[in-house]
Amino acid sequence: MSGVETRKLPLPHDARGRVLPGDAACPGCPIPIALKVVSAVFGEKAILVIPACCTSVILGTYPGQAIKASVVHVPFASAAAVASGVSQALRSRGIKDAYVIAWAGDGGTADIGMAALSGAAERNEDIIYIMYDNEAYMNTGIQRSSSTPKGAWTTTTPTGKIENKKDVARILIAHGVPYVATSSIGYPHDLYSKLQRAKNIEGFRFIHVHAPCPPGWRFEPQYTVRVAKLAVETGLWILYEYHNGKLTLSGPSRPYIDPAKRKPVEEYIKLQGRFRAVTEDLINEIKKYVDENWHWIKKMSQ
Amino acid sequence: MVKVVKPLGDDKLPLTKPMVGVAGKTGLWRNMKPVVNVDKCTRCYQCEIYCPVNTIIVEPETGAVINYDYCKGCGLCADVCPSGAIVMVPELGE
Amino acid sequence: MGLKLALTGNHAIAYAVKLADPDVIAAYPITPQTPIVEKLAEMIEQGELRAKMIRVESEHSALAACFGAAVAGARTFTATSSQGLLYMHEFVHWVSRARIPVVMAIVSRTINTPWNIWPDHSDFVDQRDAGWVMSYAMDSQEAFDLTLQAFKISEDPRVYLPVMIGIEGFIIGHTAMPVEIPDEKQVKEWLGERRQPYVIDGSEPLGLGGLTFPEDTEDMFYHIQEAMGNVKKVIKEVDEEYGKLFGRRYGGLISCYNCTDAKYIAVSMGAWSGDLIEAVNKLRDEGYPVGVLRVRYYRPFPIEDVWEIVQNVKGIVVFDRSISFGAWGQIYTDLAAGLSLYTDKLPRMANIVAGIAGVNVTSEDFYGMLKSFIDKSESGLLDRNYFTWIKIRR
Repeated sequence: MSGVETRKLPLPHDARGRVLPGDAACPGCPIPIALKVVSAVFGEKAILVIPACCTSVILGTYPGQAIKASVVHVPFASAAAVASGVSQALRSRGIKDAYVIAWAGDGGTADIGMAALSGAAERNEDIIYIMYDNEAYMNTGIQRSSSTPKGAWTTTTPTGKIENKKDVARILIAHGVPYVATSSIGYPHDLYSKLQRAKNIEGFRFIHVHAPCPPGWRFEPQYTVRVAKLAVETGLWILYEYHNGKLTLSGPSRPYIDPAKRKPVEEYIKLQGRFRAVTEDLINEIKKYVDENWHWIKKMSQ
Repeated sequence: MVKVVKPLGDDKLPLTKPMVGVAGKTGLWRNMKPVVNVDKCTRCYQCEIYCPVNTIIVEPETGAVINYDYCKGCGLCADVCPSGAIVMVPELGE
Repeated sequence: MGLKLALTGNHAIAYAVKLADPDVIAAYPITPQTPIVEKLAEMIEQGELRAKMIRVESEHSALAACFGAAVAGARTFTATSSQGLLYMHEFVHWVSRARIPVVMAIVSRTINTPWNIWPDHSDFVDQRDAGWVMSYAMDSQEAFDLTLQAFKISEDPRVYLPVMIGIEGFIIGHTAMPVEIPDEKQVKEWLGERRQPYVIDGSEPLGLGGLTFPEDTEDMFYHIQEAMGNVKKVIKEVDEEYGKLFGRRYGGLISCYNCTDAKYIAVSMGAWSGDLIEAVNKLRDEGYPVGVLRVRYYRPFPIEDVWEIVQNVKGIVVFDRSISFGAWGQIYTDLAAGLSLYTDKLPRMANIVAGIAGVNVTSEDFYGMLKSFIDKSESGLLDRNYFTWIKIRR
């Protein structure tokens, strides 16, 4: 594998013993990887507000939970609204050392939770919203969401999705919130430093985490990180930060501003069964989509 | 101000606390088992960072140590290991 | 000392909320509720109220935000009506099942379509299975008192359930009546600091609402039913305490007018009880032994109190200002089912649904309906109970 990160500290030690072994995630699931990073940054001072999503199940059954953090399970559409309430209550009570984190999937964010998300962003609520994006409704058995990419098979798009993926991070940038970032479970240290940065910013912070799902994307569970990294290395998924009105390309994505350095998208697509029916025409469309995204990045980072 | 007072009827509330093994001994899910060759292990922490179930701990003295009670055998550690120190072997083939 | 103000029902609720000194208020505009939160916003901006106000983007988020705030240790309030209440219905259940104290005012308005903003009780009674303590006021003063008491009841460790207070939009909501406001210090002492069964504020890792197997879940729901039993006692205690301190007692879950020697009882809820009482006065003048039983708390349903009043009467007429399509009025349904647990010999009963979608029902209308029921019953013409939906047209 290329691009293996070798920086050792502080992530592993901070992450130890907070996401607890014996959870109910599928083998190779990216979600606990991201949760480990979150708990490395916020520890037991995180209050996770979690709508219906894979994590509702992963954390296990009453009276236990597979994480040393506080968790509020909430209805599908309400993560940002409940988090707003928690945050305002803490503020009213003068509690400053706890961090309110909405932790939602792509369905709970890009689809049913969009109104509440937009409302909380517009009010600039003092919360961190993390959208972990496995690009479909995985918990209910792989149905299409607005975050499913073009061409991907799901149980409700048996011949592949026709539309492009909804770009939620851009929508949040349009809200003028203090901090927006994209990240990936393939790059835990990038996510770690983004969460550290977000931790020290007041107001609404949004982090979009790309999270490849082995059963949903139809690849073997050992390839979760490989697929996540390929998304970045092909330029399909771009890591950046938007802060104080400025977009900065993040380290792992920086080389790929140069199209010549990008791996062919086919490498990413061929690894996943969900793209089995993708035609050459569609691959060309996907390539065009990648170019357009990079064009936007270049424009924004000038 | 707020005061936490238990319900007087000692009602069961939908509250949970951190616990290891909420889904049982998830090591039983395993078909393939990761085996560490400590001599090859460079202590780079990649397996620990990425292990989705937090069952690998890397220490300078021991190298990568896997908690097989909960390792689901996904093989991600072997895939991210840059030195080939982790190999997957069939669980029943031993 | 307290003071007396001329307040609409909506503003009476806002003043009660102010005295309860909430930490967080979240709300979304909807007619006819809006004056409540407008008044609260004004109080906040003028520095009379220290609460944080979250001007959310929907009713679903209004109750969601209150839920989050309450879980994190805040005394909270929201208000809504009709479609707004229906839109947040998912959260109405969520809050009670979490056993977290929250107070909400419902300014009743019928349910669309077609567009119609006039009041009936359909939005309120639609919440009956959701595990909330549900009270309904008859005038501005009672709306004020019920709202203040709602905080006390909701935060009682024998209860730990959310409480809603209903009033009819426009009829009570927008009509000014004199309201006595008790002394702030005295209220503060009586209400005390907020109590709740748990708090999620980062002080310890704690989860709420995680995946739970059927048997444990059933246990949790069973305890809600048990808590509803406790509520009846708590309501009466609170009513008595409140009476002693602030001079107004209502008698608990129901309020009776001319019931002691009555042979016929008319049952109602909300503002039109006033018109019903007028009709009863006229009938009494004519020698009819009739009284009014007003439902002040719809959940828990006050069947014990009802039974005490009706066990020796000849007939009961239940006036419902809502309809469960394909069945009957909801208060009648609960009352008839409840009485069947007490006796094999039910009194003669009638269920009259009227005043739907804001149709005006006057004391003359009540007079006619009641008189007809009693006359028929006395002359042996009623051989069975009956249901009727009376459409009043002028």
